[in-house]
Amino acid sequence: MITVKNLNKRFRKLQALQNISVEMKPGQVVALIGPNGSGKTTLIKSILGLVKPDSGTIYFNGTAIDEKVDYRKQIGYMPQIGRYPENMKIGQLFDMIKNIRNESAPLDEELYHRFKLDAIKDKSMRALSGGTRQKVSAALAFLFDADVLILDEPTAGLDPLSSELLKEKIIAEKGKGKLILITSHILSDLEELTTDVLYLQEGKIIFYQSMPELREETGEEKLGKAIAWHMKHALKKDMAYLKIAK
Amino acid sequence: MMRISKYVLYDIVRNKVVLAYTAFLLVISFSLFQMEENSSKAVLSLLNIVLIVVPLVSMVFSTIHWYNSYEFIELMLTQPISRNKVLLSEWAGISGSLLTAYLVGVGLPVLLYNFDSTGLALLLVGSLLTLVFTAIAFLAAVKSKDKARGIGAALLLWFYFALIYDGLVLLILFAFSDYPMEKATLALSSLNPIDLGRIYLMLQMDVSALMGYTGATYKEFFGSSLGLFYTLGIMLIWIVVPVWLAVRSFARKDL
Repeated sequence: MITVKNLNKRFRKLQALQNISVEMKPGQVVALIGPNGSGKTTLIKSILGLVKPDSGTIYFNGTAIDEKVDYRKQIGYMPQIGRYPENMKIGQLFDMIKNIRNESAPLDEELYHRFKLDAIKDKSMRALSGGTRQKVSAALAFLFDADVLILDEPTAGLDPLSSELLKEKIIAEKGKGKLILITSHILSDLEELTTDVLYLQEGKIIFYQSMPELREETGEEKLGKAIAWHMKHALKKDMAYLKIAK
Repeated sequence: MMRISKYVLYDIVRNKVVLAYTAFLLVISFSLFQMEENSSKAVLSLLNIVLIVVPLVSMVFSTIHWYNSYEFIELMLTQPISRNKVLLSEWAGISGSLLTAYLVGVGLPVLLYNFDSTGLALLLVGSLLTLVFTAIAFLAAVKSKDKARGIGAALLLWFYFALIYDGLVLLILFAFSDYPMEKATLALSSLNPIDLGRIYLMLQMDVSALMGYTGATYKEFFGSSLGLFYTLGIMLIWIVVPVWLAVRSFARKDL
């Protein structure tokens, strides 16, 4: 569904993405993890066309995305930091997005109602707390029942109850065979959702494995421990390299 | 595209700056027409104000509005809407509202007091300048991500077109005063939309008789329909080129 080929992106001195090639298929829930500044958001923004890569191509359902925009109809995106017109009210924001998209397909307003956004629809965006903003972002991402969901740190800032609601929703959408791409630093949140893990560091892919593969290779049941094992392993390789280099 | 422009317009109407601008133009125009006995003299005074105020307001308002609606622009770009469409809708919304403000603020008084060819020429010049300077402001805003730099660049450009350029032209004319400079000054004036607008309008009036030989050659050119088409053509280039450059630069930008 989404194929990334030899993607490179540089921000002045920082090599944000280095030769990234990945393939993602429907039904997968890919957990995109890595330390801060490892290029997760840059990769997501490249897929959305918000960041223009220096070289490499991204294919969506077999066609290169280049200058096209229609493929974005099939993506629901929840940004890490939701920025919305400050002088709008929640209700106006949703009305505007619906009006601009002008789609006849039925909308998925489950999260809008379950997060009780309809009760505060007259609240101005300026006055919203970080968590409520996250709720708005989440409700917008799921609104058009898109085939691909890209969620950038979805649970950060949400209270435990809302976080659970969102996770339930993600699991339900996973059941429909959608492709879901999630980044998060809260590995326990990812544990129940993920089918595959994509680990980025300094703009490079360290590994891209399915959960069973990962468990088998590392011998660890927990996601956090499996990753720690990988890190230790990678470090050993580095040490060996250093010894030879001497 | 209309749908997006609608939201841009809605936002502009709500923040009331354009309404204040309209009121300001109305007050200035009416009081000038009231004070001067000869209404064509009033048009001349009005021209001098229009040539300073219209570019300044167009530049500053467009850049500030661009940065203020950055969230809206980002949001639109996560939806299936192309960047060209977003940029052009923004430009259409802003220039459309400033144009309406001008046509109400200056157009209404002109219609009442001095509805002839000079009055119409004043409306034409002001409208074109509004479009030109919103286009240039968009280019400045798209090119610089930093708000302060963008607004600074817009102000500097306004200084250049409104003040510095005239000084440079005077310097050139002074240095080459021994040579016939009529054609050259014509070419020089095309490089600055404000100058072009001023010359075009002045030559629609009787005051051009005071400008001697140069005035006569100019009168011959700008007085004819050729002059009108020339002015329109050059102004159109001044609108299309900055907008096109802004679209191109925006298409490559990382958000």
